[in-house]
Amino acid sequence: MIRYVLKRLVISIPVLFLISVGAFILVHLTPGDPADMYISPDMTQAQIDLTRSALGLDKPWLIQYFEWIKNFFSGNFGFSFSSRQPVAEILAQRFSPTLLLMSVSLLAAYLAAIPLGIIAALNKNSWIDRSIIGWTFFNVSFPPFFLGLALIYVLGIKLAIFPTGGMVVLGQENDIAGRLMHLVLPVVVMASQFSANMIRYVRASVLDVLDQNYIRTAVSKGLSELHILFAHIFRNSLIPIITVIGTDLPKIIGGAVITEQIFQWPGIGSLTVAAINSRDYPILMAIVILSAVAVLLANLLVDVLYAVIDPRIRYEK
Amino acid sequence: MKETILSVKDLTISFQTLDGKISAVQGVSFDLKKGETLAIVGESGSGKSVSMKAINRVLPKSNTKYEQGEIVYEGRNLLAISEGEMEKIRGKKIAMIFQDPMTSLNPTMTVGMQIAESIIKHQKMSKDEAMREACNLMDLVGIRNPKTSSKNYPHQFSGGMRQRVMIALSLACKPDILIADEPTTALDVTIQAQILDLIDELKQKLHMSVIFITHDLGVVAHVADRVAVMYAGRIVEIGTAEEVFYYPQNPYTWGLICSMPSIDTKEAILYSIPGAPPNLMNMPKGDAFAPRNSYALAIDFEEKPPLFKVSESHYAATWLLHPNAPKVTPPAEILRRYEIFKSFYKTTEEVEVYDQCTSSFAG
Repeated sequence: MIRYVLKRLVISIPVLFLISVGAFILVHLTPGDPADMYISPDMTQAQIDLTRSALGLDKPWLIQYFEWIKNFFSGNFGFSFSSRQPVAEILAQRFSPTLLLMSVSLLAAYLAAIPLGIIAALNKNSWIDRSIIGWTFFNVSFPPFFLGLALIYVLGIKLAIFPTGGMVVLGQENDIAGRLMHLVLPVVVMASQFSANMIRYVRASVLDVLDQNYIRTAVSKGLSELHILFAHIFRNSLIPIITVIGTDLPKIIGGAVITEQIFQWPGIGSLTVAAINSRDYPILMAIVILSAVAVLLANLLVDVLYAVIDPRIRYEK
Repeated sequence: MKETILSVKDLTISFQTLDGKISAVQGVSFDLKKGETLAIVGESGSGKSVSMKAINRVLPKSNTKYEQGEIVYEGRNLLAISEGEMEKIRGKKIAMIFQDPMTSLNPTMTVGMQIAESIIKHQKMSKDEAMREACNLMDLVGIRNPKTSSKNYPHQFSGGMRQRVMIALSLACKPDILIADEPTTALDVTIQAQILDLIDELKQKLHMSVIFITHDLGVVAHVADRVAVMYAGRIVEIGTAEEVFYYPQNPYTWGLICSMPSIDTKEAILYSIPGAPPNLMNMPKGDAFAPRNSYALAIDFEEKPPLFKVSESHYAATWLLHPNAPKVTPPAEILRRYEIFKSFYKTTEEVEVYDQCTSSFAG
């Protein structure tokens, strides 16, 4: 197993390299010149050229790419075009808000979704099942930006229960209750998305296991329903559930672009939007690479978990 | 006469489906005697499996309806007791072996644990004791190195070995009744015989009664003391194995026996019963087998035949046994079997009764 994990990690190096090349090309193909953002209308051509060469944009793409690689290995991912701060420093600031928002959202989503999915499956086609499934339909088809805006309007502005955005009240950074209040609305928006997806997977997976012959065997042994649920159904329905978790996990790094933007959450998601708007190549590249690393690691984690859960899945030595 | 351990009376079961109601079992009655092996024979969809699963109540709860009848075990109607009471009977008193050993074991649990589970539940043993007992059982059913095997997962076993695990699992609490639902269908022929012998041997050892569900008459001949033939949700003939094999009365049983290949079969084409079983959604009026039955009488299309008594132990549902029915000549193969039967039971009363019966038909 350790060999398998090491092998997968080694394979991911060329994958990351290819992703960085692809990302680099895409980012540079984006219309608009970053230098334009920092140029005022009264600048002379000499000043414009100076700005471009200061940003390194006057060099050929290949050279720019190698500069980027050099910066990557130096650990600071280069300097932001707009703020001139090291990219690593900016990311570090933005990382913890996103980590907080996404992990709380995922945790809340799963804590609700897994029991609800199981309940729906065990009561298939009853009114309980139908209301749970109806609820997930509502959440899946309701765009998060609209849900976010609706919540802000009703609970933030009309009823004024929750703050409409941001992470803390300025000047009261140590107020835990205030921080929690800021967390509620964005978590509700994120969690409703994650949980809707998860409920449907859990339900389908449990239904699939319920139909299996070994569940009939378990029933015929005289085991109680609760025992069968925990000892036989749950573990066997985990594979699709783990797969969904694997696709959700990278979002802890990548953040939620739209939700963070709506709630002015100072995380990676809103940084991404800002970086795109200002054509801040080094920041965009760093976010793409970090997200790719997160996806690769999550996939590896999922594959390892498969083998832990299901003894039939064993990877070559 | 042996003591009756389980009594099924007028069992009627239907399933609610999207297309409508399916009457899977229609008034099945039989007794299971202590220590005997009763074989239930029938085509797919004849209701044999459904009526036996009803005994342990392992049919899907959502769409199964027990219309009427009762299943009496130890003085209680199993269809009327609570789910909690039923859990104490399942696995402990009445155990089951299923058809497909490849899918009937949980792939993510060690086989030892799957056997131990019901021991822990029913015999209130600790996990370690139960695991030791599971090893003993695996040894009993002929699995080598039970200590190491018990820590393996089902996918590490072959089909025959998995069926042995299933048997060990069903025997975990020394049940009174073992229901084996086509236990050899998914296995190689060589393994089939081994499994049949094993079940038979364990039956003797543990003094169990066995209900054997199968569509394989060869299997029946191998194991059964008594045989019940089912067609379209009803028992159409029931008797001792000798009676059903060598003195069959129902034309459907004749058809089944004639379609069995034997060593002396000379014809290039094996006999098969014409037509297909009826759709259980809308059953024909009268005898369900009548449209496929070349011996059918006019009344067969009007009214279902009741079970006529042939002997104390032998009953058949066919109007041919009615005193007023015309005499028909069964197929040659059946007549040959009648001769064998008569040579065995020359002195017994039943044959004479039959002879009187046939002579009265003739007259």
